[in-house]
Amino acid sequence: MAMEHVPGVDRGRVILYALSTCGWCARTKQLLTDLGVGFSYVYVDLLAGEERDRVVREVEHWNPKLSFPTVVVDDAKVIVGFRENEIREALNA
Amino acid sequence: MPDGTSNGDLDRFTNDLDLEAEAGGYHLNPDREFTRDLVRGLLANRERYGYISCPCRLASGKREDDLDIICPCDYRDPDLADYGACYCALYVTADVEAGLSTPDPVPERRPPPAERQRQKEERAAAGRAPGDLKYPVWRCRVCGYLCARGEPPETCPICRVPRDRFERFM
Repeated sequence: MAMEHVPGVDRGRVILYALSTCGWCARTKQLLTDLGVGFSYVYVDLLAGEERDRVVREVEHWNPKLSFPTVVVDDAKVIVGFRENEIREALNA
Repeated sequence: MPDGTSNGDLDRFTNDLDLEAEAGGYHLNPDREFTRDLVRGLLANRERYGYISCPCRLASGKREDDLDIICPCDYRDPDLADYGACYCALYVTADVEAGLSTPDPVPERRPPPAERQRQKEERAAAGRAPGDLKYPVWRCRVCGYLCARGEPPETCPICRVPRDRFERFM
């Protein structure tokens, strides 16, 4: 899987599904980095073939609108869009 | 952010978009750096897909399926009206541009794939409906321009999008 990991404080399993071209995804990634939490991210637009299909289904599972950024914390909390307060709250950061 | 374009290309394209927007009564986001990043995304998508699909949406790479998210997208004008910015925030209202208000986060208005397919079939059916009009009426899905003529214009005279962004209205 083409996930990149950014090391940081463990606040659970944090996954950012993003697009490499999207300004709001960039801001979300920056926020997570600034908060110093460990997280993994994947640029779905840069995937191809079966891998892309699989990740797309994964995103749709959490967010049927298949919109970006989508942040999933501990396979439980889902935050769609660059919503700074919600992200901070979900991470207690 | 992908970086396959030169700064010169980026500046030129941003400038063209700005002139076009202002001429049509639209406004680019005054946050220059944010806007430049979005335009870089548009150019990356043009390189990848051959058209400038929304940098904040996942394109399929099939123009026909992505028509509604080619910038300016079908959802820009309703999002400007409801939230003060379009989905990616490349375009903002005059109030936001002037700093009189800040845009709200814009939820995704684009329907999911199954719903889009249904709407497409509905539109195709509407296009075949018999009527007693002398000419069919075509509607630009981007700006709402209407015209009664045999075929839609090659380019929308109002917002400059190509013919395939028109739908049969009556």
